[in-house]
Amino acid sequence: MMDLLVSRDYYVATFLLLGIGTYVMIASRNLVKKVIGMNIFQTGIFLFFIAAAYVEGGNPPVLTMDAPHVSPLPHVLILTAIVVGVALTAVALGMVVRIYAEYGTLDEETLQEVRGSE
Amino acid sequence: MAVSDLAALVVALPIFGSLVAFLAALVRSKSGWPVAVAATAAQLAVTVTLAVRAFGEGTITYVVGGFEAPYGIELVVDGLTGTMLVLIAAVSLGVLAYARRAGPRSNPFYAVFMLLVAGLTGMSVTADLFNMYVFLEITGLSAYALVASGDRGRSAVAALKYLLVGTVGASLFLLGVGYAYIDTGTLNMADLAVKLAANGYTATLTQTAFALIVVGLFIKVAVFPLHTWQPDAYAGAPDTVSGLISALVSTVAAYALLRVVFTVFGTAFLDANPFAHALLVGGAIISILLGSLLAVSQSEVKRMLAYSSVSQFGLIVAAISIGNVTALTGAAVHLVGHAIMKGGLFLTAGLVATETGARSVDEYEGLVKRSPVGAGVFGVLAVAMVGVPPTIGFAGKWYIAVGAAEAGSWTLLAVIVGSTLLTLAYFARLVERMFFREPTADLEPAVERADGALPDGGDLGGSDPGSASLGMYAAVVAAAVLAVALGFAVFGYGDVLQSTIEALLS
Repeated sequence: MMDLLVSRDYYVATFLLLGIGTYVMIASRNLVKKVIGMNIFQTGIFLFFIAAAYVEGGNPPVLTMDAPHVSPLPHVLILTAIVVGVALTAVALGMVVRIYAEYGTLDEETLQEVRGSE
Repeated sequence: MAVSDLAALVVALPIFGSLVAFLAALVRSKSGWPVAVAATAAQLAVTVTLAVRAFGEGTITYVVGGFEAPYGIELVVDGLTGTMLVLIAAVSLGVLAYARRAGPRSNPFYAVFMLLVAGLTGMSVTADLFNMYVFLEITGLSAYALVASGDRGRSAVAALKYLLVGTVGASLFLLGVGYAYIDTGTLNMADLAVKLAANGYTATLTQTAFALIVVGLFIKVAVFPLHTWQPDAYAGAPDTVSGLISALVSTVAAYALLRVVFTVFGTAFLDANPFAHALLVGGAIISILLGSLLAVSQSEVKRMLAYSSVSQFGLIVAAISIGNVTALTGAAVHLVGHAIMKGGLFLTAGLVATETGARSVDEYEGLVKRSPVGAGVFGVLAVAMVGVPPTIGFAGKWYIAVGAAEAGSWTLLAVIVGSTLLTLAYFARLVERMFFREPTADLEPAVERADGALPDGGDLGGSDPGSASLGMYAAVVAAAVLAVALGFAVFGYGDVLQSTIEALLS
């Protein structure tokens, strides 16, 4: 069991990140922290792809280097996914700013009380 | 230009339109609308050409950048894709007609509008799973921004919730794509289908990939209990945006689900994995029943329509779980039908609110006297939604129900037939109030000012705020006419779609 955990440490870290991200998104009352939770969740997926691309003893994927090569495709995919993640964070923070300007709070429960009178 | 180049053009055109709409603000403010109309009209012409070719001459493929499949990204247009492409362009044009008077008028709004069209179109044409994820996120991002374009705080809260839940959905989809990629080393859908079959359908990686992708798309489609973002988003968005996203966003996500389940995994996978089949059937039944029950208990009209969507998409998932030619034809018909009926209903709800200020179920009492067109169109679309022949709502449910009977899924058949009664339960409540009661309260007409979030928003152009424009009437009446007229066209459509669906199932 321990051997499995140690040899699969990146995947263990991936699912820790996914779990922590989900927990923060659900349990935190602060809207900014929810956005942070979303980021942690996505980071877990990025790590998953990058870890999957790694080959033990592999060289960089350049033709002049000897085989085996590390797979370059997941890196490219994750570059795209990181850009998407940054865009999402920007949009989310834009909304958080508007919510704060409108209601003067970022606390989920206070927000619900304030909005109850709407 | 070869026909296959058009497959790339349908994605490029709205992106270009989005850029032009954004930059046009530098020349003249509020110039986004004509740009968006021109781009969407051109889009409609291109998509109709593509769809006619796809139905007439078979599947059109395009290889992006000359990188041959399976290494490069492939775009594929078959009959089903063609249907979705035309639907997206046509609904967008209808919503634009409505938005002239009602909607947000700033240029950034129309830039994001066109970006949403690009994202939806991309999701429909792509034959590459990761590419689909990218378009899923483009669709999501523009939908979040559009929901937030209302000027009330409620829009921003609804949009943030939509964003958080939607991102989890898209991320689970990406995780599933990752599992499939590790399993096979490819992202091309057709190539994945071959390699997943070679690996054996009971491999744990394959099963996990299926579960993650399906649950991710369930969130985007808003299948119960993953629908929680949807009523807030639809009810909190400006009326124009509610009409657009209720008609298209979940529809294209459901199309993506259909595409992934049958093109990538295939019927053999569903047969080999009872759990996968149970996931689809369970989602469908719970969605149909609980979506309807929640719809009955709503007091706000737009929230009721939103829960109705949860129930209607349960029907689509049911058709996917049945997975024979008749049921999948029904899924395609019902996707188109639901888009027209629900988009029309949301726009009508907006029209009624503009004319009379009525937004809750009780305020609809005696509506026929105050807004005859609004009440009439709402009545026709509600009847179509319940599934009274000869409307398209009937045709879609009929195909799905016959498909269920052919497959011997008697539980599903009972739920599908029962769903008609449940739909009747929540629409009858409104129809009875609109036509057979006297108006009780005097309401002030209220135009929603929906441009606070974006710069260059501003005034309503000096028009009378309580009046609805010709474009608004034209859009809702067109929806009602189409909901009935397409009901007659549907059986011919079912015949031409048959070869596409047989190819999908083989």
